[in-house]
Amino acid sequence: MRINPRFINRFVRMGLNVQAYFTVGILIIIVAIIFFKGFPHVNFAFIFSFPEDMGREGGIFPSIVGTIQLALLSILLATPLGLGTAVFLTEYTKESLFTKFIRFGVESLAGIPSILYGLFGFIFFVIKLKMGWSLLAGVLTMTIMILPTIIRTSEEAIRAVPRQLRIVSYSLSASKWETIKKVVIPAAIPGILTGIMLSIGRAVGETAAIIFTMGSSLRLPLSLMDSGRTMAVHFYILAREGISMEKAYGTAVVLVLSILLINILAYYIMNKAIARYS
Amino acid sequence: MIDRTVLKERFVKWVLVAFALSSLLFLFLIFIFILAEGLPLFLKVGLNKIIFGMKWAPTKGHFGIFPMIISSFLVTIGALVIGAPLGLSCAIYLSEYAGKRTRMLLKPAIELLAGIPSVVFGFLGVIYIVPLVRNYLGGSGFSLISTCLVLGVMILPTIISISFDALVSVPRTYREGSAAMGATKWQTIYKVIIPSAKSGILASFILGMGRAIGETMAVIMIAGNALKIPTSILDPLRTLTGNIALELAYATGDHRLGLFSTGVVLMVIIMILNYIANFGIKRKIAK
Repeated sequence: MRINPRFINRFVRMGLNVQAYFTVGILIIIVAIIFFKGFPHVNFAFIFSFPEDMGREGGIFPSIVGTIQLALLSILLATPLGLGTAVFLTEYTKESLFTKFIRFGVESLAGIPSILYGLFGFIFFVIKLKMGWSLLAGVLTMTIMILPTIIRTSEEAIRAVPRQLRIVSYSLSASKWETIKKVVIPAAIPGILTGIMLSIGRAVGETAAIIFTMGSSLRLPLSLMDSGRTMAVHFYILAREGISMEKAYGTAVVLVLSILLINILAYYIMNKAIARYS
Repeated sequence: MIDRTVLKERFVKWVLVAFALSSLLFLFLIFIFILAEGLPLFLKVGLNKIIFGMKWAPTKGHFGIFPMIISSFLVTIGALVIGAPLGLSCAIYLSEYAGKRTRMLLKPAIELLAGIPSVVFGFLGVIYIVPLVRNYLGGSGFSLISTCLVLGVMILPTIISISFDALVSVPRTYREGSAAMGATKWQTIYKVIIPSAKSGILASFILGMGRAIGETMAVIMIAGNALKIPTSILDPLRTLTGNIALELAYATGDHRLGLFSTGVVLMVIIMILNYIANFGIKRKIAK
């Protein structure tokens, strides 16, 4: 018997519909569980006090500070490097063997799993360069990890800047670098910012690469050579060693909420940027 | 005399070249340092005894990682079995069926799923999936099946966004031609659109595999980390990534070298997967 194709069509449509909403449902459930279980444990004192008894009591202040230090310092290093690479790839060269090599490098870096960054950071920064488990080792490892994201998003943003803007700038006798600095980059700022926000999100959520480079000291890192732990690492240790489920949920709320906010802001900026030139 | 602006332009260009080369330099450093630590043991103990060795007891001179290689592949394939159909369906729904407003709502939501840290997935897996498996299927719950379920969800954003891009880039004229011949929407999708987007879809699966095989924190929380080849879906297992993460903090001497050897094997597998994925994507663009 031949089944009516229009019936199949309707059936498939329904099936796909269900699966798409199922996927979004998973996201909503994950966020909902974390929030419902965690919010009762989050208050002013939890955020602004120091942990006591390995995190069984007290708050998560040092890990919040550690997270912010790690994210901001890595961005500070990765942005000039990544933006510079993107400018070079878009404005200074035509596609050639050389750009292919660089693109190969960027793609490969993007594909390396975080545990291998952890291994590398551990042997290179922590052991060979004798930094020990420190904020500095964590920041340097993280910088390399987020570099591909910054390069890709900046490159796309710069490519989207209309040619006319550059031509007008040249016609006013601006040099190439002046054009890039004063015309191209300002026009591409929203796209570049999106990359920066996504990278901050990645730095905030990373665990495997950070735990072996920055370590997991519970103290507040006061210098680049101090070890510290980020929220993600703190959460991992609380959960895995079964130290305190309440504190783990509380940390998870702060962690997930900050990542969601950062990423939503990133997509908001991106949509603004798309609306600008289309 | 050369003009100052010209000098400045030249200076800027060389600085930018140096910046651009930094990515290659970092890649090279990562490669060299992991190889330099990981290879000596291959020479000392023997490639066969490491890759096909069944016993991992690094303090007693046994560095066999064969069970971990098998386990890594098992969780990856399991994750793909769960994630690929679901992800592809979502991508098809988003690109072919969803209205503009639904798409504007669902796509960012799925991308946000990608931002949730793997420790959170691992934690929820331990709290919800592991007991579910323990109560309804048996065993300890820390098992192959739990790991695959969680990894299957974790690779969804990768699969959805890359296959979505492949589906959307199929030219409009293909759809119109098919519709003009009286095909229903679904007939158009599976006879015309999916075949033309095939390489992009395959690339999304392979990149999803890359994500699954490289995943660490969620896996060590759920997999149970036992040192043998799992014989059922309810058995615990240890992956290559898990092996590194579990022992790196306290390993010394040959033990540490063994972990870097594990890293070398992982790196080779990832490189092969990425090469295949890039090859797939490039072929799509060339077409």
